Amino acid sequence: MKRIITCIAFMAGVFAVQAQTVTVSGTVVESETGMPVPGANVTVKGASQGAVTDFDGKFSVSGVQTEATLVVSYIGYQTVTVKGVSSSPMTITLVADASQLDEVVVVGYGSRSVKEVSGAVSVVSSATIEKLKPTRIEQAIQGQVAGVQVTSSSGAPGAGLDIRIRGISTNGDSSPLVLVDGNVISELSVINPSDIESISVLKDASAGIYGVRAANGVIIITTKSGSKVAPLKVQYDAYGGVQETTRSLPLLNATDYAALTNEAYVSNGAMAYYSNVGSLGRGTDWQDAVFSQAFTSNQSIGLSGGSDNATYSGGLSAFTQDGIVGKDKSGFQRYNARFNYTVDLRLPDGTPTNMTFKMNMLYSKTNRKTLPEGGIGSVLFNAVNMAPTYTLRDGSGAFTRAENMPIEVINPLWQIDATQNKVVADRVSGVFGLNYKFWSDFSADVNYQWNYTEVRNRSFSGIQDFGVEGVADKVFDTDIAAYYVEDSFYRDYTFDALLKYETTLNENHSIKAMVGTSVFKSTADQFAFVGTDFAEGTNLENANLDNAGMVNNNFQTRSNRIFDTRLLSYFGRLDYNFKEKYLFTATVRRDGSTNFGPSNKFGYFSTFSGGWVLSDEDFFNNLVTADLFKLRGSYGVLGNDRIGAFRFTSLLNGEGVYVFDNQLQFGAAQGGIANPTLKWEQQISFNAGFDSKWFDNKLSLTVDYFKRRTEDLLLQVVTSGINGPNAPGSGPPFANAGSVENKGLEVALGYNASLSDNFDFGLNVNFTTIDNVVTEVNNSLGYEQSGVGFGIGNLAGPSRMEVGMPIGYFYGFKTDGIFQNQAEVDSHPSQVQLGTVAAPGDLRFVDVNQDGVLDEDDRTYIGDPLPDFTIGLNVTLNYKKFDFQSFFFASVGNDMVRNYERNTPLVNRTTYELDRWHGANTSNSVPRVTTAATSNSVFSDYYVEDASFVRAQNMQLGYTFESGTFGFQDLRIYGAVNNAFTLTKYRGYDPTVTNGSPLASGFDFGFYPNPRTYLLGLNLTF
Amino acid sequence: MMTKFKFILTTLSAVVLVTSCSDDFVYVDSQDVNSENYFNTEADYQAALIGAYDMLQSTYLNVMLGEIASDNTLAGGENATDVPGIQQVDDMIHSPNNQQLRDIWGWMFAGVNRANYIMEFQDKIDFPNKPSVLAQARFLRAYYYFELVKWFGPVPLSVDKRIQFGDQFSIDRTPVADVYHQIELDLIYATENLPYTQAQEGRITKGAAQALLGKAYLYQDKFDEAAAVLTNLVNNGPYNLLTDYSTMFENDNENNIESVFEVQYTDLEGAGFGCLQCSEGNVAVGFNGPRSYVGPYFESGYSFNVPTQETYDAYDTDDNRRDVAVLNIEALAASDPTVSYGEGYEHTGFFNRKYIPRKGDSNIGDQNLTNPNNYRSIRFADVLLMAAEALNRGTGSDTDALALLNRVRRRAFGDTAHDITASGSALTAAIWEERRLELVGEGHRFFDLVRTSQAASKIDGFVSGKHELFPIPQIEIELTGNRWAQNPNY
Repeated sequence: MKRIITCIAFMAGVFAVQAQTVTVSGTVVESETGMPVPGANVTVKGASQGAVTDFDGKFSVSGVQTEATLVVSYIGYQTVTVKGVSSSPMTITLVADASQLDEVVVVGYGSRSVKEVSGAVSVVSSATIEKLKPTRIEQAIQGQVAGVQVTSSSGAPGAGLDIRIRGISTNGDSSPLVLVDGNVISELSVINPSDIESISVLKDASAGIYGVRAANGVIIITTKSGSKVAPLKVQYDAYGGVQETTRSLPLLNATDYAALTNEAYVSNGAMAYYSNVGSLGRGTDWQDAVFSQAFTSNQSIGLSGGSDNATYSGGLSAFTQDGIVGKDKSGFQRYNARFNYTVDLRLPDGTPTNMTFKMNMLYSKTNRKTLPEGGIGSVLFNAVNMAPTYTLRDGSGAFTRAENMPIEVINPLWQIDATQNKVVADRVSGVFGLNYKFWSDFSADVNYQWNYTEVRNRSFSGIQDFGVEGVADKVFDTDIAAYYVEDSFYRDYTFDALLKYETTLNENHSIKAMVGTSVFKSTADQFAFVGTDFAEGTNLENANLDNAGMVNNNFQTRSNRIFDTRLLSYFGRLDYNFKEKYLFTATVRRDGSTNFGPSNKFGYFSTFSGGWVLSDEDFFNNLVTADLFKLRGSYGVLGNDRIGAFRFTSLLNGEGVYVFDNQLQFGAAQGGIANPTLKWEQQISFNAGFDSKWFDNKLSLTVDYFKRRTEDLLLQVVTSGINGPNAPGSGPPFANAGSVENKGLEVALGYNASLSDNFDFGLNVNFTTIDNVVTEVNNSLGYEQSGVGFGIGNLAGPSRMEVGMPIGYFYGFKTDGIFQNQAEVDSHPSQVQLGTVAAPGDLRFVDVNQDGVLDEDDRTYIGDPLPDFTIGLNVTLNYKKFDFQSFFFASVGNDMVRNYERNTPLVNRTTYELDRWHGANTSNSVPRVTTAATSNSVFSDYYVEDASFVRAQNMQLGYTFESGTFGFQDLRIYGAVNNAFTLTKYRGYDPTVTNGSPLASGFDFGFYPNPRTYLLGLNLTF
Repeated sequence: MMTKFKFILTTLSAVVLVTSCSDDFVYVDSQDVNSENYFNTEADYQAALIGAYDMLQSTYLNVMLGEIASDNTLAGGENATDVPGIQQVDDMIHSPNNQQLRDIWGWMFAGVNRANYIMEFQDKIDFPNKPSVLAQARFLRAYYYFELVKWFGPVPLSVDKRIQFGDQFSIDRTPVADVYHQIELDLIYATENLPYTQAQEGRITKGAAQALLGKAYLYQDKFDEAAAVLTNLVNNGPYNLLTDYSTMFENDNENNIESVFEVQYTDLEGAGFGCLQCSEGNVAVGFNGPRSYVGPYFESGYSFNVPTQETYDAYDTDDNRRDVAVLNIEALAASDPTVSYGEGYEHTGFFNRKYIPRKGDSNIGDQNLTNPNNYRSIRFADVLLMAAEALNRGTGSDTDALALLNRVRRRAFGDTAHDITASGSALTAAIWEERRLELVGEGHRFFDLVRTSQAASKIDGFVSGKHELFPIPQIEIELTGNRWAQNPNY
């Protein structure tokens, strides 16, 4: 009862106070120029009123109590507070905030000023993105943020990239959660990089507000919005350029090739294969024929502006990129449209309502064509292995047949010509949000975010006969034309409801509290059909299922073409700081996931972080002079639920097909092996570090130490065959079967200064070390192994996850030079268990366990694909109207496996084999060439190379014209080279490319290299 | 102040409650049927049975590798390192780390589990055809276990229960005799509950069950039991020898009168190298095919499993079977100028003609992995020879045995001039030799040599006391927590 009375009294008090008010008006001007500032925010502290300055910097707020405090803020300026107001107009002067400590950092379900943040959060601004000209967002993050590693599995246009935040912490999907304006996005091509305002990377326990999805870190992308009371601003950006390959492998010419091939035959007691070595000359350079220069261009137009209660921003862009292999056959086009609108709602009579509505729409369309790549039988694999003795085309102009090459090596030009496919994806995303402020300190938000995606995959494979005419001697050969249709429809939505309370008590105690709930639902439908039996002349353009002689429904035997994944979450966060000096944040989240069974459906995740701004302490300032020095620490538990749906229960979604009466019979069979005890994987994350700024904010230094321990690691375990995982449509179960620890140091150093009126200089360096070690593998093997094999037909599991070793380390034989003579062979343990008895000229494998027998047990650590450290370095120079920037990225200590060689007698070889052993003491590193069976092709350190590299990612020189030139507000032209050069010892195409899977990383099947690109472009504002 | 907070808290909780939804939201049923809630209609049992049949198609590897392991054929392939696991078995240098042996292990146990899935739920509902369904399931379980016991000796035996994830830590290898005992029980049930002829071609019959039961007895040297069931089949079954041996392995003569049990394949749905066991075609046929072959009758393949000169020469020149069993490619090329071919590794000039690709197949999917040739798993000729051997080596009559043997020889030579007149151990040797000639290329030779203790004298590199069994894949032992011992001497 007492409570209710107090409550009524409180509310009455509010009404009473509101009775004594004035109308406050004034002008906001900028201190240096005295120019009015339109669009500045004027709010009344502790009340709901507020206004935005108009074009002339003027504002007016009615109903303000005379003792109220007025707060005037504008991005990039220090916030001004005025205590006590009257009805006489005032002039408020804003001073630019050099320290930019008021820069806002988005931290998930809200934002904080930089100074308030106590977690390890890095920000990439739009300025950086505009300079880097990335074709994808991931490239804007690469090397810019300490602790974030971006790798690609292909340099082909439109290929995705993998982002790893602070190392590989899980065996499955290691990619971070990515949100665009609060919307979960899985495919980043939905957004044009130049539409981005900022990217926040939550690297530590501060990601914990996203609970079971936070373990791999969280990337929060905010798109550009307009400013209030701003005239229409139009920005046009365009660039065009030419791409080329960065490297061709040094392959043997026809003469050297034939000589080595003959040596291989003769040394095995056979006749020489080529009798005409002297007349072969240089032969065909297949790489030269396959690589070409290719065009790329991008155009985008952006609009933005705002009235006194609304802002808008929109953009259109078109990006096109041809491939350096096959030009348009591996081409990519992307079209983006974006519209963003925010309005403070008013009643029809103009009265403010304290409600703000926002909406954000993204649309993208991508067209992608691909060539076989990154594996045995890919175009580059063929270019490397195809013998130089073949011509490109035969006398009649037809493509040459690869008659004597292995079954998966064919004429790569023919392969390009015969490949017909396209993937067209349409993606629409929307965000609708309503914010309501009430009771002065409270606000409520409801946000509805959704994505809809249609992916239409079409490919046509005509009758193929790449080898001996009329013979199906190549794995690609087929005497049936087939048209593949695959349509996928993905829908998801996230509904968030948030309640926030933010107040400052007694001037010094700032409290921000939030509770919220979120539901996420993702569904998909897939359809796949194969049409066969087409009339002659059918191709990708005119094929359809109606003119097929026969149509097969790929999902006839499986009903799992429909997916439904859901997440139900409750969360809360409490922030407290005292005078912005002592900072404290706690979060808790409860998640329920459809990916786990009834006993493990729900998980709780909580985190804490704290900060101490030492530079606000007198004792500290007496010791050193720093503009900012903030100590930070965080600790918390984050989760990961990213496995397939329903892996906790055994479903009849396997493949059971047999034949009776010569007809296919479709039966029922179990799918993947179930594990009912599955639960989320959890990560215990610790971070300690400091942010500092020195010498009038010219120098900044941020250092973080982190330790992340992932427990109950979710992985698809190697399983005993007696459980039946090898049946068609089945597969091994997922299990919580290990722990991985990542620890490391991140240092980000920046120096930005004006050395004279005409000369600005900036240097930003970031340095990251990551030490990855597996601490537990909870199965009877003591290790897990990758399913990807080395070479063809070798033992499975060339890389392993094993206690005490880095995840995905290479597991094979150590070599100790070459047997020079039979005596050396005889004095060494027999290598017959590896496949054959050794002979002089063969690799000498090390008897690692020294048991006198060379067998599989002698395999050991022979390298790993993880770098010891990475460095990003960014230099900017501005001299008068010229600007220059260059960005370098280095990765040191990562190894790569040379796996693009076919290792059969007749394929081409790289020039290092000219140094092979061919008699006693001719080589102690490269084994003999022979057609005889040898054990030289088992997985050993002979195939592991150091893939450390330094890459000049971007170099750019620009010139900005005087404002008003040609009538434009701003005009800048520039030239740039992306991927200008790479320094590396690695012999393959591209040391930066690697396949993303944690347990199969670092195997180079002849990756499509990232191209070097020369660009010319302009930026226009009017 | 406190009151204000309480008020705020109350309001907050109210708002959260209103906007949230219940935990039921994350309890979702899959679109797919849960395997524990199945078997509600006869159709469910029939569908699961097709799933159990499916793994028969993966036995192409058992057939091919069983032949390569023997003295009949060499590994072949493109070069010396083409599929190292196959090359090593051919040379008898295989170790416990062999991908193909692990494939056989995993595929056969997948078959066992699929058959046991039905048996686990055998009592859920009743319907008139249930004995027939269970009889087929039990035959299949016996078939897969027979393969396992042949290849690996003692293997973990599970009866009427799937081996679930986790069970591998508590299940032991069952002695060979106990595995065979279960095989016998299953096959006896099958003989009692299946008819000699089924409405659908490819279904398991009483005859198939009798033949496999006889074979299982023979492998245990239970000659009298073998003789009883096999002669019963010979006398009462609907089978006979085809008159013309040369038509036996052609696609238009599948499921013929001589086929007691035949694994069904089709060219209508294929698979890639990533999942050979997924193909509905006979993968071994493409592997066996002559390399880069151009010409009539056949299509090319990967030149594995090539018969030796010694195998070719083992035939009498007037034996009609030789040129059906072994393709002499040089002779063919000499007689037909349109024929050309490539030479692979260990080229002998001979190919396993019974199971190489024929012209005119659709081969939808990968051309070389989707050949429709059914595998004649148990032929009536095999039954006759097994019956003859059982009679001869048991307490039966050599005269009866000789009659059965000569029935096979008369078809082979088209006359009685080549009849055999031996008895006792000479007759045994003659039957064994006849088995080889009659069944070359069909995957029986290695196991016949092992069970008759002839392997060491016939197979280069064969070590007695070791190579009778193949090694349990090392990783399979480790995955049980090193619960099992390896087979001797590996």
